[in-house]
Amino acid sequence: MPDSLVIKNLNASIGERPILKDFSLTVPKGEVHAIMGPNGTGKSTLSKVLAGHPDYSVQSGSALLDGEEILGLEPDVVARAGLFLAFQYPSEIPGVTIANFIRAAIVARQAKGAPFDAKAYYAELYAKMDALKMDRKFTARFVNEGFSGGEKKRCEILQLMMLKPKYAVLDETDSGLDIDALRIVSEGVNRMRGPDTGFLVITHYQRLLEYIVPDRVHIMWDGRIVHSGGKELAIELEAKGYDWVKTELATA
Amino acid sequence: MAEIDENLAQREAIEVDRSKGDFKYEESYAFDAGVGLSASVVDYISKVKDEEPWIREFRQKSLKIFEGLPMPTHWATTDLDNIKFDKIRYYLAKGQKAVRTWEEVPDDVKKTFERLGIPESERKFLAGVEAQFDSEAVYSRMKEELEKLGVIFCGPTDGLRDHPEIFRKWFGKVIPAGDNKFAALNSAVFSGGSFIYIPKGVKVAQPLQAYFRINAENFGQFERTLIIADEGSEVTYMEGCTAPKFETATLHSAVVELVALKGAKIQYVTVQNWSANVFNLVTKRGVAEEGAEVRWIDCNIGSRLTMKYPGVVLRGKGARGEVLSIALANDGQHQDTGAKMIHAADDTTSNIIAKSISVGSGRSTYRGLVHIPKTLKNCRNNTECDALLINEHSRTDTYPAISVRGQKNSVQHEASVSKVSAEQIFYMMQRGLSEGEAMSLAVNGFVNDLVKEFPMEYSVELKRLIELQMEGSVG
Ligand SMILES: Nc1ncnc2c1ncn2[C@@H]1O[C@H](COP(=O)(O)OP(=O)(O)OP(=O)(O)O)[C@@H](O)[C@H]1O
Ligand SMILES: [Mg+2]
Repeated sequence: MPDSLVIKNLNASIGERPILKDFSLTVPKGEVHAIMGPNGTGKSTLSKVLAGHPDYSVQSGSALLDGEEILGLEPDVVARAGLFLAFQYPSEIPGVTIANFIRAAIVARQAKGAPFDAKAYYAELYAKMDALKMDRKFTARFVNEGFSGGEKKRCEILQLMMLKPKYAVLDETDSGLDIDALRIVSEGVNRMRGPDTGFLVITHYQRLLEYIVPDRVHIMWDGRIVHSGGKELAIELEAKGYDWVKTELATA
Repeated sequence: MAEIDENLAQREAIEVDRSKGDFKYEESYAFDAGVGLSASVVDYISKVKDEEPWIREFRQKSLKIFEGLPMPTHWATTDLDNIKFDKIRYYLAKGQKAVRTWEEVPDDVKKTFERLGIPESERKFLAGVEAQFDSEAVYSRMKEELEKLGVIFCGPTDGLRDHPEIFRKWFGKVIPAGDNKFAALNSAVFSGGSFIYIPKGVKVAQPLQAYFRINAENFGQFERTLIIADEGSEVTYMEGCTAPKFETATLHSAVVELVALKGAKIQYVTVQNWSANVFNLVTKRGVAEEGAEVRWIDCNIGSRLTMKYPGVVLRGKGARGEVLSIALANDGQHQDTGAKMIHAADDTTSNIIAKSISVGSGRSTYRGLVHIPKTLKNCRNNTECDALLINEHSRTDTYPAISVRGQKNSVQHEASVSKVSAEQIFYMMQRGLSEGEAMSLAVNGFVNDLVKEFPMEYSVELKRLIELQMEGSVG
């Protein structure tokens, strides 16, 4: 499937410990898929393996981005191929302003030596910050340094909106956001929804999915997807908890 | 007589240049002191320059001092023992006099400097330029309005011959030949460099700049710079340097003396970007008289080993001294840098901010010396040393020797060591930056607040050099 992110039978581990176990999932462009699952099932691991994090090793399986294998590529190559990861715990980069950081990321996507339109860049940056209700003073602040939890998440979404990837993995973007911020950030994501972008939204809470209404909801358990459904699955899960999944797995 | 010889040699050099397409620099030195160091080599240099007897004696005396002093390996690195003084060539020149128009510069040399962007930056923002190729300046020019104001910008030979009343008084006084082994060596064989005089009250708005280029293998460059800012005057001087990558070690050993008379301000900016086989052993010191200010901005990006500790002697009441330094030690490099502040009058203040970056097997060392005797009052020093390590093999050491006596003086010292973590690099790479770009962004972020203090053009150049280095450090 050329217009999808297709993950097939992915087995990945950290050190000797297997985390992803025959994990398979397809996210077509234009759709929003949500992954829910208990702590430690490997949701963040999945996002990092896809992004090419050097700490994880892949034993088998594939991940095709619009038909091209991304496993085994350097993280920056994967990023430029069109995969964006909004981190659960974004890093701080002291001394590097948000404006310079995003600018560097955009320049890295341009042909070498191509001119950079600074005026258009700032116009777009400010418009997106306004949409995310971020103070313009943030452009001069160092990336994530001294940010509150919610500010970090907003900054991730700002980068997402500026870099316009083909596929975005949002790892618990809702955690740490207050109610207003949750709405604002969701609106930002919703505005990006469209035929050219696929989303994989990792969350623990149904509430986010009230704002970013998913096309599919997947339950992840012990390194793989064990249950998939429509948006009502999230509501069901919220009501019943994961014990239900456990019993279902035991009887299966 | 020597004048005529030089002109002849210059014509010859240019003719050689025109007649041969694949012109090689090595073949064209009209003056070559040969290999190794001796009293006759020193005399040869002095003779080529047609120097007065007192200078010749100064050189010979300095040679004796050099020979008598041990290598400072009891405290510094033993890598110094790898300098083979008897294999080095101490003077190489095409016999040219520094020309005043760019067109006159021999083509091969011109090409070298054009690649470094010299004529361009001169047009854009400089008040004067000097370009040195191996032992001598090939191009030297200053804006006419400055000349009319009495500003002098020339080399040591011209300076000592044409303006002895100005330069002789201070030459070798801020840094005597016996200061250290390499200062002695420079005093024996010095050639090239800048002699600058800024008359009373003249404020030179744009910087004067010198470029140093080593082009010959096994060569030692020993330029000598003396800047005298007369009362109430102001000047910024910038120097940059490059060398091709040779197989064997090359030596650069300069002496730079600054004199800021009452109320004067001197800002001295260095971008040191020698290739990775150059030993860069430089002595730099300024004297600040009453109410004067000497500021060193010193950035060491290249070289195999740099040992350099710019200093200020705060001799007059209310004088200020500052060293802002950045050192980047990449694989196989050792940046042993620092600062010296000698307070010798009341109400003097000094500020040292040193930032070092160590990459791979690179090693950076900070050595500081702050001295405030107890007889003084109202003296202040602030010292800040920050180190950034990029990966676990790199190394940093800090030796901040601060001796502050007396109740009425104050000192503040802060040091930090931080690391660029693999998580930070991954985060940046996830945004599409290559590993090298990610590292250079982190490094630029680390030096960012300090670079803001630098002249604009210089901060741009520095950023580019850091990028080049970091790109190169990624296997
Ligand atoms: N770098 C690491 N070193 C050791 N163990 C790790 C590492 N990264 C992940 N793990 C382990 O792998 C398992 C899966 O972790 P992961 O972060 O993927 O879970 P998660 O589903 O995202 O959990 P949460 O909902 O709490 O964010 C956990 O048991 C975790 O401790
Ligand atoms: Mg997680």
